[in-house]
Amino acid sequence: MKADPRGVLTGIHFMDGDHAACEGALAAGCRFAAGYPITPSTEVVERFAARIPTVGGVFIQMEDELASSIAIQGGAWAGHKVMTVTSGPGLSLMMEHVGLAAITETPCVIVDVQRGGPSTGLPTLPAQADMMQVRWGSHGDYSIIALSPNSPQECFDLLIKAFNLAEEYRVPVFFMMDEVVGHMTERVVIPEASEIEVVERKWTRKKPGEYRPFECEDGSLVPSMVKAGDGYRIHITGLTHDERGYPAMNVAAQDKLVRRLKDKVDLLRDRIVDVREDGVDGADVVVVSYGITSRIAGAAVEAARARGVRVGHMRLVITWPFPSGRIAEVAKTARAFVVPELNMGQMVIEVERAVCGRASVRCVPHAGGTVHDPDVILDAIMEAAR
Amino acid sequence: MSEDLARFEDVENPVMPYLRQERIPHIWCPGCGIGTTVNCFARALTESGLDLDKVSIVSGIGCTGRVAGYMRLDSFHTTHGRAIPFATGLKLANPRLKVVVYSGDGDLFAIGGNHFVHAARRNMDLTVICVNNSTYGMTGGQVAPTTPLGATQTTMPYGNFENPFNLPFLADACGAVYVARWTVFHVKQLTRAMKEALLKPGFTFIEVLAPCPTLYLRRNRLGDGVDQVKYYKEKSTIKHGADTKEVGLGFQSDIVVGKFVDRERPTWLDSMNQHFSKVLGTRFQPWGGSNGED
Repeated sequence: MKADPRGVLTGIHFMDGDHAACEGALAAGCRFAAGYPITPSTEVVERFAARIPTVGGVFIQMEDELASSIAIQGGAWAGHKVMTVTSGPGLSLMMEHVGLAAITETPCVIVDVQRGGPSTGLPTLPAQADMMQVRWGSHGDYSIIALSPNSPQECFDLLIKAFNLAEEYRVPVFFMMDEVVGHMTERVVIPEASEIEVVERKWTRKKPGEYRPFECEDGSLVPSMVKAGDGYRIHITGLTHDERGYPAMNVAAQDKLVRRLKDKVDLLRDRIVDVREDGVDGADVVVVSYGITSRIAGAAVEAARARGVRVGHMRLVITWPFPSGRIAEVAKTARAFVVPELNMGQMVIEVERAVCGRASVRCVPHAGGTVHDPDVILDAIMEAAR
Repeated sequence: MSEDLARFEDVENPVMPYLRQERIPHIWCPGCGIGTTVNCFARALTESGLDLDKVSIVSGIGCTGRVAGYMRLDSFHTTHGRAIPFATGLKLANPRLKVVVYSGDGDLFAIGGNHFVHAARRNMDLTVICVNNSTYGMTGGQVAPTTPLGATQTTMPYGNFENPFNLPFLADACGAVYVARWTVFHVKQLTRAMKEALLKPGFTFIEVLAPCPTLYLRRNRLGDGVDQVKYYKEKSTIKHGADTKEVGLGFQSDIVVGKFVDRERPTWLDSMNQHFSKVLGTRFQPWGGSNGED
């Protein structure tokens, strides 16, 4: 379906990534957001708080990130598209409710404007060091989806996609911005509402009494939903549950539920992944990057080509699920992979797993605080090409 | 079945339609007071006249946290201590819902204490029912923020030396518009209080004292559930409008029960709608009017 025009600020704007993300959320149909102030993410909810009264919806500043991350889940079960926004320290507090959203299959979007860590770290400076935390941070087994925008325009465009994926797969979806993308100001084009595709929640067609909240139909791995107040008298629990949603403390129920929570993303990995490729086929060296680092890496790739190296660039727009299949395929022909990231080596572990020894993998780590010097990435490419 | 009982075979317990009967038997111990509170709650729902399709119940974790799972309402069993913020999101995203938080003392006041004080401060339109059994039952009888001084618990093996909360005082100080305390002996008064709380807009709070025979009573050699209900009967004094500062509880001490606070304050949603209407005029898109009424 098309976006609700009330939330769409059609026009050509000059705005930063945080503000563009807010506009993306509104265009996607987000009508309930809860947040707690934290640098460098706060501008997203500040704008939301200013915009939502005239769009129709609610923003509440909660008492902490634990509260924000579960208030949005109440909002989702009341029938709305929902979002919370944070940065590293707040994300750590939200991990409990990432697990709740995973096991109750509550569609929600968590925007993480990454900063340097661990702990309070570098509040005003960038990093990409939460990549593994969003994948593995809450206890137990489950899968999530994460997107990595590299510009204010993508903060708008991809956040709409994030909301759509949350609805389609009923998982928490992470929007992995960073301080630079959040605070850089660029041209942002917001189209007409009629040009924006939004995914509506998968509502059940069954009547109360027939409906079982966690029953999958027609071979789908994602059950349909209802909302509170519609007479279905649902029970939703963070305990392992059966198709009725009732607690089921046994091995068979655990196996069935947990397997599906992983499978609904992992088995459909190839449908979800989004890799933007540049000169990858036939390349000797392939740079794998995401988020802000993909822009720096792009400059290094150009410089290496000018020196005669056959170098390709794979930019991961969706970082989780990881495009293992495509990386493995490229590893059949490429001699080396170079993986720059604003952390001490997180996604490179996934690249190594996918490459599985068929090519060399070179990590270009950075502890965070600023972006890479393109020459450092260039040096790594040149060494890998040797 | 004896002939006496057979005569009642076709008579349904009036509470049964409120329960997910397919989930019975419940997990609560013999002599536990939680079931009594559920009985009162079901009766209060009937008397309230509320459309039950529009009532949601939210629990945290623990013995009382299981109440949501047994009620035939839209029911949410959330995470430990976080029932109130979940309920806040549910209420704000659909103001037409009546949202009840039903949880225990450890859940609401230890791990969830911060959420309680802020929801009361905001006058969020929620009814919060706290079953206070003075202990962590589900995990085996550890000291709670409500355990009276001197009571023995597994993590206070030589007797509790930490001062407990006076819950009505806390709720009052934070701005709750309705504050009452009853025990599971006072089933009529408790039912009436639950009905009043359900029908009153804003943050309404009821503390219910209930026995935990398996962990609290046994460890303190206080007998069984019936013995504790006798204690509630003998030591309780009804004092409506009592100064909440004066209603703290000691170990098997006198108990002041009653309706302590009943006042008017605009709810969070009313405040938001009124304020935005004033400052934004016709640009404001009203959200659920006054607590959901158009």
